[in-house]
Amino acid sequence: MVRLIAFLVGIGLVGVLAFSLITGAVNFIADPPQATVEHEFHEEPRDVAFASDGPFGHFDRQQLQRGFHVYRDVCAACHSLGLVTFRDLEQIGFSEAEIDAIAAQWIREVPSVNPETGEADTRPAIAADRIPAVYANEVAARAANNNALPPDLSLITKAREGGAAYVYSLLTGYQNPPAELPAENRPGPGLYYNPYFANLNLAMTPPLTADGQVAYAAGNPPATRDQMARDVSAFLIWAAEPKLEERHALGWAVIIFLIFATALAWLAYQNIWRDRH
Amino acid sequence: MSFPWARQYDPKNPFMRWMDEKLPLPRLVYNAVGAGYPVPRNLNYFWNFGVLAGLALVIQIVTGIVLAMHYAASGDIAFNSVEHIMRDVNSGWLFRYLHANGASLFFVAIYIHMFRGLYYGSYKPPREMVWLLGLVIYLLMMATAFMGYVLPWGQMSFWGAQVITGFFSAIPLVGEEIRVWLLGGYAPDGATLNRFFSLHYLLPFVIAGVVILHIWALHIPGSGNPAGIDVKGEQDTVPFHPYYTAKDGFGVGIFLILLAIMTFFLPNYLGHADNYIPANPLSTPAHIVPEWYFWPFYAILRAFTVDLILPAKLWGVLAMFASILLLFFLPWLDRSPVRSGNYRPQFRIWFWVLVLDVLILGWMGGLPPEEPYVMISQVATIYYFAHFLIILPIVSRIERPLPLPNSITEAILRPGKGEQQAPPGMGSEHQPGDPEPRPAGQEA
Repeated sequence: MVRLIAFLVGIGLVGVLAFSLITGAVNFIADPPQATVEHEFHEEPRDVAFASDGPFGHFDRQQLQRGFHVYRDVCAACHSLGLVTFRDLEQIGFSEAEIDAIAAQWIREVPSVNPETGEADTRPAIAADRIPAVYANEVAARAANNNALPPDLSLITKAREGGAAYVYSLLTGYQNPPAELPAENRPGPGLYYNPYFANLNLAMTPPLTADGQVAYAAGNPPATRDQMARDVSAFLIWAAEPKLEERHALGWAVIIFLIFATALAWLAYQNIWRDRH
Repeated sequence: MSFPWARQYDPKNPFMRWMDEKLPLPRLVYNAVGAGYPVPRNLNYFWNFGVLAGLALVIQIVTGIVLAMHYAASGDIAFNSVEHIMRDVNSGWLFRYLHANGASLFFVAIYIHMFRGLYYGSYKPPREMVWLLGLVIYLLMMATAFMGYVLPWGQMSFWGAQVITGFFSAIPLVGEEIRVWLLGGYAPDGATLNRFFSLHYLLPFVIAGVVILHIWALHIPGSGNPAGIDVKGEQDTVPFHPYYTAKDGFGVGIFLILLAIMTFFLPNYLGHADNYIPANPLSTPAHIVPEWYFWPFYAILRAFTVDLILPAKLWGVLAMFASILLLFFLPWLDRSPVRSGNYRPQFRIWFWVLVLDVLILGWMGGLPPEEPYVMISQVATIYYFAHFLIILPIVSRIERPLPLPNSITEAILRPGKGEQQAPPGMGSEHQPGDPEPRPAGQEA
């Protein structure tokens, strides 16, 4: 009885599926799916190596500091970094005094309450503050940016397929639209063609426009646009995953211990089973 | 229950003797996973995965309790509380990555454990109840994993909750009411997050309870084995401890190495980038996909594309639930008295087709619902249902199994064929008329 019911249910489901399949196949032949323009012109992130890649990866602190300067002087005009506090910058090699100065001179103050009147006020940031938000809310952000919302960058290298390579490709990927791009996919007013962005037209103004836009201290590589894009991408890897070095170091210790323990476990297993094999 | 030759618990230490009289908990452990549980001596490495799944459950509960100490189930702060764990809590990143990747390895262990059961006929008499309880555990795991994925309150959390609870709205007449009742609102919101957190904390302990029943039910007939034949005598078994505790120790080591590699070097490989974007009800991700362990079912759901009598969505939901529920009837669908696939030449071919089929379904389930992926899912879904509901009952009727070995000891020693233990899948080489089995312990 069970098998009879199962057989009927099976025939029923297979029948419905076969009908779906035939319908799909007929549509597929009659009207083959066409690659969308976005699909055709979209490009995968470029290959770019970072010191933090791979199981031995570690941060290049000089590069992170340069990347921080690029963020502060360029990106921070529109993008917040709300999960990072100023004192976290100690991890990338800034001294306490430098951090106090960075916080105090930040381009924005921190919302606070006037201690006399109790009214909303602002005060200079201190090391314990998170990097202050750019806009009061989403409406303000969209109003200031042609209805586009500049995302918070704290997790951006984990929140996009391709990670830091995507960020780097996007920053360096602005170009003139190809001649064969259909008119309806050409960037409208306030949009810029960038093949690394999913729908090809990005509302972000090209941020890195000239070599030397950010003043790098002596002893650093020249601040070319490519170098600045690399540096800020590396900085954003750190912002998204500040515990990466700790993770890699602990990982090796744990794995070496486990390999040793597993080898012992295997020997114990062989020893115990010796008389039974 | 046990075999008559099972060792008896005999505490020497006066305290343990006192304990045994008052509360024989050590005796229970001794008889369940100690020297008092005789196990067939021919188990291969596929029999490690029950213990590994149990270990995975323990890892999930321990890491989960620590995470719950720092997590806040509120729509406004859930996402940031997870980042607080990642950045500010001591070793918080370690616990979160262990928990996220531990869930994946839990499913890896369970899937291997289930396919082991399918190949070696572990669902057949006298172990039907073990199989049924295992399926209950699997369903509870799926519910727990789904609700856990909602908790970080990223984009995939929100939209996954939206899609999965949307299944219930396919039910005619009352579907929408059920969906609203489950979510506590018209869309996933703070109420959803709170109840999912509550249930995500509760269900693992329910799983632990059913695991105890699963092991209890297993101990009544005793463990199965790759030859699929019954234990005939003491020479066919070894005590669980130290023989299989030692073997499991090695398996645990390999499992933990894999978990460490994922946790420390590829922690987000199995996750989805969109879940690092805070939940936004106004912005739908381009491709909503569940976690990888649900992909085969997601492919089945999306394979139904045509309204035929019922709406396509309802067909998909029914088929997705049916694809799991039919496993509950498996002991009565496959009536072949031979348990092990090693001695079932036709079944074995269909089994491997099924493995391939489920892998294809998983692959398709992770891809966007475009052609030709939908057509491939449809073919694979047809095979999935045909395998269990049509092919298996017929095969079990017409197949002529290979001769079984006379005993487990004979199956190991392979008299006349050299001194090696038979590798898995080579049982078919056994010829009738081989010399009589020898007692245990004579071979190298």
